[in-house]
Parts: sequence; C-alpha cells; structure tokens
Amino acid sequence: MKNPAEPSDRSAASTGGRSGAHTPLMDGLERATGRKLYVEDLRLPGMIHARFLRSPHPHAQVLSIDASAALDVPGVRAIITGKDTPRRYGVLPVGMDETALAVDKVRYVGQEVAAVAASSEEAAERALEMIRVEYSLLPAWLSAASAMGARSDWIHESKARNLDREYHHSFGDPGRGFAEADVIVEDSFFHPRVTHAAMEPHGTVARHEGGDRWTLWTSTQTPRHVQRGIAQALGVSEAGIRVIPCAVGGGFGGKSETFPQDVAAAILSRSTGCPVRMRLTREEVFGLHRGRPENHIHMRLGMLADGKITAVECETIQDGGAFSGYGAATILYSGALLAAIYDISNMKFDGYRVLTNKPACGPMRGHGTIAARHAFESLLDRAAAELGVDPAEVRRRNLLRPGTRTVNDLRVTSYGFPECMERVLEASGWREKRGRLPPGRGIGIAGSHYVSGASNSILRGDFPHSTVLLVADRDGSVTLFSGAAEIGQGCDTALALIAADTLGLPADAIRVVSGDTGVTPLDLGSYSSRVTFMTGNAVLEASRSLGRAILEHASRHLGLPPDDLELRDGTARSKSRADVSMPFIEALRLGVEAEGALVAKGTYRPPPEARGGNFPGAGVGPGVSYSYSAQVVEVSVDLETGEVRVEKVWAAHDCGKAINPLAVRGQVEGSVWMGLAQALAEEVRFSPGGQILNAGLLEYRVPTAADAPPIEVFIVESLDPEGPRGAKEAGEGSVAAVIPALTNAIYDAAGVWITELPVTPARVLAALEEKAIREQRAALERVAAAT
Amino acid sequence: MGSKEALEIVVNGESRELAVDPGRTLLDLLRDDLGLTGTKRGCDDASCGACTVLVDGRPHLACIALALCHDGSRVLTIEGASPPEGVHAIQTALVDGGGLQCGYCTPGIVLAARALLDRIPNPTPGDVREGISNNLCRCTGYERIIGAVLSALPHLTPLPAGRETPGESRS
Repeated sequence: MKNPAEPSDRSAASTGGRSGAHTPLMDGLERATGRKLYVEDLRLPGMIHARFLRSPHPHAQVLSIDASAALDVPGVRAIITGKDTPRRYGVLPVGMDETALAVDKVRYVGQEVAAVAASSEEAAERALEMIRVEYSLLPAWLSAASAMGARSDWIHESKARNLDREYHHSFGDPGRGFAEADVIVEDSFFHPRVTHAAMEPHGTVARHEGGDRWTLWTSTQTPRHVQRGIAQALGVSEAGIRVIPCAVGGGFGGKSETFPQDVAAAILSRSTGCPVRMRLTREEVFGLHRGRPENHIHMRLGMLADGKITAVECETIQDGGAFSGYGAATILYSGALLAAIYDISNMKFDGYRVLTNKPACGPMRGHGTIAARHAFESLLDRAAAELGVDPAEVRRRNLLRPGTRTVNDLRVTSYGFPECMERVLEASGWREKRGRLPPGRGIGIAGSHYVSGASNSILRGDFPHSTVLLVADRDGSVTLFSGAAEIGQGCDTALALIAADTLGLPADAIRVVSGDTGVTPLDLGSYSSRVTFMTGNAVLEASRSLGRAILEHASRHLGLPPDDLELRDGTARSKSRADVSMPFIEALRLGVEAEGALVAKGTYRPPPEARGGNFPGAGVGPGVSYSYSAQVVEVSVDLETGEVRVEKVWAAHDCGKAINPLAVRGQVEGSVWMGLAQALAEEVRFSPGGQILNAGLLEYRVPTAADAPPIEVFIVESLDPEGPRGAKEAGEGSVAAVIPALTNAIYDAAGVWITELPVTPARVLAALEEKAIREQRAALERVAAAT
Repeated sequence: MGSKEALEIVVNGESRELAVDPGRTLLDLLRDDLGLTGTKRGCDDASCGACTVLVDGRPHLACIALALCHDGSRVLTIEGASPPEGVHAIQTALVDGGGLQCGYCTPGIVLAARALLDRIPNPTPGDVREGISNNLCRCTGYERIIGAVLSALPHLTPLPAGRETPGESRS
C-alpha cells in the first residue's frame, strides 16, 4: 500500500490524465466560469412557471379545494390538485405511499396540496392566495414516541401504530456473548434530524412531447429512479420518459428520488402545452428534506478483559416522517453495518422506522450508519476506559481480515482499516498525546466504513447495475455514454480516466455523456457510493473491448499479431519491436473504414456471493465492497463555557485505489466536514405545531469558512480484488468516524461522554455538572463509609 | 406591483438602459432579464453568498438587492470576471486545487475573492478565510478554496496605481 503524495506544483499537475494522477475535474472550468447549466439556468421557448400551495397543518383531512377564483388571476394557465395526481409512487417497492399532491389528507406542514402554472412565478403565487382549502384537523404525531402510541388516526391507514417497518435480527449467540463478557457497557444516544443543504435548490423543467412522452430536466442523482417514479405517477411506460439531470449542484443523497415538483411539472406541461419550470425556494428544500431521521438508539456492548468484543445489541428507533421513501434501507443500514468493520461474532438488532407528521426522511451521505457508528465507537472507548486499555489498542484487537464473511453475511474483500488507523495514530502523535494533554485538551479516535455500491438493486430483477457504451468514430473522438449522474463528485472524470488509461489516451481525449436516460444505457445512478466501483468496472470492460477491436485493425496494417500490440501514449504499438507503431487515430480509422463507428459495451453485475444472506431485510447492507476510514480528532474544551473547538482532524480513507487522488481528497475532506457540522451544529427543529423553525441556511447553521478546522487526509490503497484498478468508494465512508472521534476526544479532554448531538456548549456543561455532582456524591459516600 | 421605472446600469462593462419593476431584485434582473445565469440563487435571503456580484467593486448579494437601488452602478458578474482570452487565475486555481466540486457556490466565491484581493493584495490565510466567510460551500470544507485563492496570488497582475475600477481591472 502506498500513499500518493499530493503534488505541490498544481500547475504541472493540472494536466493529470492518468489513473492515480492528480486530475482536476474535467468540467471544472465550466463550473468556475458560470457557464455550466444547472436546471434553474434553462430557458426554454414558451416556458411557464409553477408554484405549490402547501399545507399549513401537520395532519388533516382535506374536505374541499376551491380554485375557481385562482383560475381568474391574470396569467394563470392551469391548476391541479390531488384529484389530478391519484397514482402512487415511491422509490422502494415496499414503500409506494406517495402522491405528488395530497389526496384526501395532508400528512405534514408544507405538503403539496395544489399546483398553479402561470406566465410568471409572481402570478402563480398570487393565484395560490386565492385557493380555498377546507381542512378537518386530525391529531398530529410529531414524535416517534407519540406516533407509536397512537391508537387511531394513523398517518397511513395500513400502517398500524404508525410503524412503517420493523426488523429483528440476531446473529450468532448474543446471549452467550454477553454472558462471556468481562465488561458490559451500554447507553442511550440521541441524534436529531439533519439535512443535506446542497447549495443548489431542487428544480425541474418538464416538457410534454405529446402522447405519453415527456422530457424532464431535473436536479437528480438518480435519473433512472426519477424516470420510473414519473412513469408510475403518470401511469405511462418508462420508455416515454426522458430524464436529463443537467449539472447538479450537490446531492449528498437529497436528490435520489422522484419529487412532487417532477410529477406536477409534467402534468402541468401536458395541461398547458408549455414547458413548465418549478424551482424550490430554500425554505421549500428544507421542507422536502429526505435527510437523516431523528435516531433514538440504545446500545450494549460486551467485551473480554483483553479487549475482544463478545457481543453487540442495538435498538434503533427512527422518526422517519410522513412517507416510507428510502426508510426501510435507512433502518436496515443502521443494523447491518454494525458489522464489517470489526470482528463481531454475536449481534442483535431491533430496528423500528416510525412514521410521523413531519417531512419524510431519506438517504443522506453515510445513509443509516452515522448514528449507530457514533454509539458503537463511543461504547468501544467506554469499555476501553473501564478496562484501562488504550482506545486504539481495543480497536486493533477486533480487526477483521480481508476475505471474511461476517456473521450477518456481508462479504469483506479488501480491508485497509488497520493501515488507516496506524496512519492517523502516527500523524496525530497519539502515543504522546492520549491521556497526556492538559485539562481541557483531548484527543480521540474512531473508525467508520460504508458500502462501495449496494449489491442489491432497488429495482427487482437480475440485471447489470451498470451498462456503458463507448463509441469511437472517424474524427478520432471516443465518447463514453454513462447513466451515472455527475453531481460534482467527479465521476465523469474518474470514468474518463479509467477509459483513457485502457486506451492509452489522455483523459481529456474521452468525452463523457452522462446521466441522460434518453441516450445512455441503464445505470442505477449516483447513490450508495456505487459509481467508481460499478460503472468504473463497466467502463473498464467496454474500454478493453474497444481497445481489442482497434488493435485487431492495427494488426492487419502492421502485420503483427494483436497479442503483440498495445495502446500506449496515443499509439498502437508493438510490445516486442520498439520501432513498430501507428497513431491511435489511424488505427481507429482503419476500423471505422472497415465497419463504421466502433461501439463497445461494458456491464457490471454484482456477483451472487456479494448479495448477502437469506432473511427478511438481508438485501440492505451487502456491498460489493466496503471503504474504511479511521480518524483522530484533537479538541479543546472550555471547561467554564462548555465550548468545544476542533483543533485538527487526521483522516485516513481506504478507497482501494485512488483513480483521481484530487477528487478522493476532496471527497474525504467534504465528508469529514459534513460529519463535523452534524456533530457540532446542525439540527432541524420543529415548532409544537410541526413547522420547521430553522428552514434557512443561517438558522440551520451550515458552517462557514470561519469555522473550518484543518483536516489532514491520508489515502490508503488496499487494492480491492474486484474494484476497477482496485478502486472503492471515497465519498461516504469518512462521514461517520469524525463524530465519535470528536466525542471520544471530549472525554479525553473533560472526562464526559456526550451521547446527544449536536455537541452544544449547553450539553457539554450539563455533562460536566453531572460529572461534578457524581464525583461529589462519591466523595461524600466515601466519607460516610469511613465514619 | 408598481409601474416600471428606468434603470441605467453598467453590467460587465456594457451600459444598459432598462425598464424595471420596483420590486425586481438585482439577481432576477441579471438572470432573467439579462440572461446572465452564472450568478446563482441558493437561498433568497442573503444567507449563502451564491449570488455574490461586485457592485462598484464591492461584493453585494444580488438576491436581496433591489435592482433600482443600483441605478448608475457598475456591476461585475462571473460572466465578466474572466478576461476575454481565458480565465482568471483564481478560477484556474480553484479547479486545479480542488477548490470546487459541484461548483454552485463557485461564481460567488470567485467574485468574493476578487473583491478581497482588490482590497488586500497580499492576504493572509486568515484574510481569505474571512473574505469568503459569507459564501457557503457544502462540498469542500473550505480549506481547498482558501488554498486555491492563495496559490493564485503569484499569477495575478498587480493593480496599476490610481485605477478606480478595482473589480474589473485585475486579470
């Protein structure tokens, strides 16, 4: 394993061009100059605008809607209500409980009730004020506890006591594991709802093309999921729906499904004959949410005196909001990914995903794993403290080995976690610092991991999760058609690098056409950190196939067998005779002259052995591989005010192989940063009436440059045996570790365990006070015992 | 909705005479009336900085600026921030150094950084940090943005003494 150094000379590096070289994003300058078109930048001829009327109530029957006065507002072209959107859709087959506009009842404050299309947004908004809706209020279930206790008026009638999903898993023999343990630690943890806050608000432009055909330009990570959702919601075939993701201004999971604005704009475009644009305000994006649910966790961990884990038991309740969405996956990830980072033989998980009258939750970077990882890594440190063992050593004693199948049937093919740990321990000066820093200063460690592509598709059926096409033509162009969406994470560049390497070309010789369902073959999209691994493997296969075809044509011309030829440095050349070669473009042209444009296909299908076990819920958790992260955080804690300051973060990420180290570093830094923001500041808060209190970027406290601590990133390359060039994911596995590394550092600094996020000064002070009282009581008891 | 009023404004060096609704924001004017969509909308309430443009050389948030309040002003947007023959050194540095990912905040950051460098030609990392602290980025964690701005410094032409249009003079 090696750690690719970051080049100091960026101008020399800017040429990049080969896997493993620092390569700026290929569309970076378009973005930096404002030329890149995001959905909101589109201006179609005749385009009109639409806005939603939203529910002011968290839970109510819709008795009537009178839009007659609104229709008379100048400029208004069409108004639709729930009567026009009767068909249900949803991203998971087990969900399917959404309609674009509320049908019969509303389930959260801000739910879409009607949509108005007009010549301008202002006209549409004037019309919204004229729509009269009569509601009959229902009891609102605004917490998981109240929702689970409801005896009637459930949010969805079919979901008794508002229980969306529950899973009860037991692997190995947890009872025996706890019986064998020398020490058992347990606690309850609370993690509030947090949201993606991507800088680009969601938007859609829909154009009805006649009959059952539409084109949608929409900000999405998953064009194929939107295509399917639109088809479900409109009752038409998928083939008629073309989804074009444009440039996406950040996703983080928040743009991974079909949204009401996609469906409503499509319907309004059909009713008016005009392209319809719907763009959400920032407040509406907070209301759309689909971010992390509030988590209530109770976890127990058993350990032998030597630090070996004997068992873990976890109960998780997630307050998932008003719809199913990705909820089944969120709760299952919380349980399944307790495994696959440490060696654990006995594991029990009870998970409940509860419906509440709040905006629906969904996938957010590190989907489902963040809260459980915080709890687990906290308990590891607590057990270590009880046993008097160094927290790093406790982790070393529970390492896995590559080639492992975990107790819950997850397959670990590569495992750079030990090296990640050693890297950050050494760089941070752990040995000199841990337990030795002055009061109020501390250092903590934690690990995390994530699937490098979910092995099981949301769509049922056995088909390749990625198919790509490479087309090489007479002009010398090589174009890659890939359905993965470029959302700023750099997948177009990574995929171009893989193809370019194989064809012996510089990366900028590959043109990438991505995301457009009308011109690219099926790819499941940019979620579950799957693109580098899965689409990358498909690109590898396609580019090898194209390369072989070109070499065969070159072989005829050069009079050497194809096996003796290779593509390198823009030429087809002999491996045995240095003087025999021809330019790539000439070899390509021979091929085009013989058979027309050369077209090569590549696919990737997760192997059957990576798809997990055979029990209810086994489908979520298996990844085709896993990334690993170890992080050390150094903090200062002001013991008077409770204020926590992060001095530095050391983060090592095992991405298998860095196809583009610049992008890997960017992803890891961004992940650490997002995790820290959740740890220290972020929380979506609600009024007693179910309205979001802080639906703005300032109020929600998205951190600014003034808050940024230094983050030192180490790339660890474990070379996954099945990843393209050994590569795995880099965008999600490093989010979780920073949170427990921070709270473990706070323990080192101040002797208190923080179990609730965000880590506010008030929470730290309360913990310090509780600790002081506990210590005084113990002192009094000692005095009493002595007298 | 009031009747439209006359607005004279110089945008990216070009004089414009427009009839503008009194409630129209500078952001809507730029994006919708002038087609300059490089200026981004992220929040509508002055919290994200994506709509940062330079008005008479100083950074302004176009989403809360009423267009008519800038009668007679010189406005520089991202479209005017690059010299015609190429791109500004800050833009190149952001791309090469990984100071952008999704790029939605980038036009605003480029203009905020230019305003900073016009004010403080040789900024410290702390100056840059403060200078872009009104611009939210959700992708990078900011360190690479700060590093990119600093790395662009040697490639910037010094401002000739006495020039009075700082926002448009450096390239």
